[in-house]
Amino acid sequence: MIRFENVTKQYPTGNTALDDVSFTIDRGEFVFLVGPSGSGKTTLFRLLIHDALPSIGSIFIGDWDLVNLPKNKIHVLRKNIGVVFQDLKLLRDRTIYENIMFPLEVGNIDSDEARQRVEGIIERVGIADHREKFPIQLSGGELQRAAIARALAFSPEILLADEPTGDLDNATSWEIIKLLQDINEGGTTIIMATHNADIVNSLRNRTLVLEKGKLTKDHPGKHKKAEHTHK
Amino acid sequence: MNAKSTKTALKHIRRSPYQSLAAVFIMMLTFLSISVFTFIVFGSSSVINFFESKPQVTAFFKDSATQQNIDDLRNQLNQTGMISTTKFISKDQALQIYRAQNKNDPLLLDLVTADILPASLEISTVKIEDLGSISDILSKSPYVSEVVYQRDIVDTLTRWTNAVRIIGIILIVILTVVSIFIMMTVIGFKVSQKRDEIEIMKLLSATNWYIRWPFMFEGILYGAAGTLIGWFIATAGLLYFSPYLESFLRGIPIFPVSPLFLVGVLLGELVLAVLLGVLASSLAVLRYLN
Repeated sequence: MIRFENVTKQYPTGNTALDDVSFTIDRGEFVFLVGPSGSGKTTLFRLLIHDALPSIGSIFIGDWDLVNLPKNKIHVLRKNIGVVFQDLKLLRDRTIYENIMFPLEVGNIDSDEARQRVEGIIERVGIADHREKFPIQLSGGELQRAAIARALAFSPEILLADEPTGDLDNATSWEIIKLLQDINEGGTTIIMATHNADIVNSLRNRTLVLEKGKLTKDHPGKHKKAEHTHK
Repeated sequence: MNAKSTKTALKHIRRSPYQSLAAVFIMMLTFLSISVFTFIVFGSSSVINFFESKPQVTAFFKDSATQQNIDDLRNQLNQTGMISTTKFISKDQALQIYRAQNKNDPLLLDLVTADILPASLEISTVKIEDLGSISDILSKSPYVSEVVYQRDIVDTLTRWTNAVRIIGIILIVILTVVSIFIMMTVIGFKVSQKRDEIEIMKLLSATNWYIRWPFMFEGILYGAAGTLIGWFIATAGLLYFSPYLESFLRGIPIFPVSPLFLVGVLLGELVLAVLLGVLASSLAVLRYLN
């Protein structure tokens, strides 16, 4: 489903964020992406949503060739990839309901259908009581749930979660993980960047380890679905 | 465009009313100038057309000239083959014309009689370049006291109209450029305030048009509002001064001003305003979309 082929990303400053990275992720996998700060995790996510292009190499998502993706198809790609950003990127002047509705408005989804979808997602992620609140009124865990809810608005095939447990206490982190596992069981492919060794070790999912831009390890995890390659 | 985009544009305006007022004000100044110069140019063109359609040379006869002298001169002119029409205005007819033109001013009517008004001959030529030759023939006649060569009036008016047109165009170009820059600054400031939201929109699959449209609509609103106000002020001024202008341009049929003309000017200005609004807002948003 997702294929990185010898991907190198060098920024104009000369910093090499990813260095000759190759891997494949199959549909329905739940993969952890680990590594210290600056190892290239966020860059890898940016490449996946076409927010940046590789300097060398190819990236494929299903039939999409991201390097040669026409500009007018970028928004279509992004509808298929939900993203929980590290800084959440919730709009402060909109309620939680409006934030979750936002991508559907942007995507020109019929308003009745959009309302139905948002109601369903809000129930699913467990923030129904907070729908009329603004982001500033919510706790860290609730904000993460809201960000996950927004990422699910288009029922994406892939969900990218960048440090979704980063600022949360242990109990809340596990609640978020449980939510992501539920979503994964529904068939969504999930890539989660994390520093939380406790979670990674406990779940024993497939884990990609990035160090200084290089993919140094690819632990297959306890439920290995396919052969994975890496350099 | 959907209702949400319109709502977003109105929200932008509501949240920074003074910047919006500045944008509307500069657009109003631009379109007030455009309206005023349009009225002047069309008015002066009408005056020129009026003079060009009138007999182009008028010869006023001395009181000593007899009807025979006048008829001889008329025949002499007709024999040149340059003449299109000639029309003789007797002293009595001149008085009637004078009375018709000054019917609202009894004092002027009382002072003038047919005796003090000269008889005249209004002459049109087939070709405009023959006016000089006809004028020369008339000037040499011992029975003619004065030759009024309409071409001089037309030339003078044309020179003035061209000067006004050039000044108007320069002023309008300057105001248009200034209004584009001010609109770009106003909308650009609003775009920069919302750059985080724009970034999120892009990451959440918004097309460039979805992001661009509320700002473009805002630019169009500023342009349209400025145009309506500018046109209204100019039109109100024109209608207010119409009686004075009508009296000054007595006999030249450009009043009352046609409502169709005024609506035409408004529609033309609205189209221009929309284009300016779209241009300024597109330039303002461009750098955030690339």
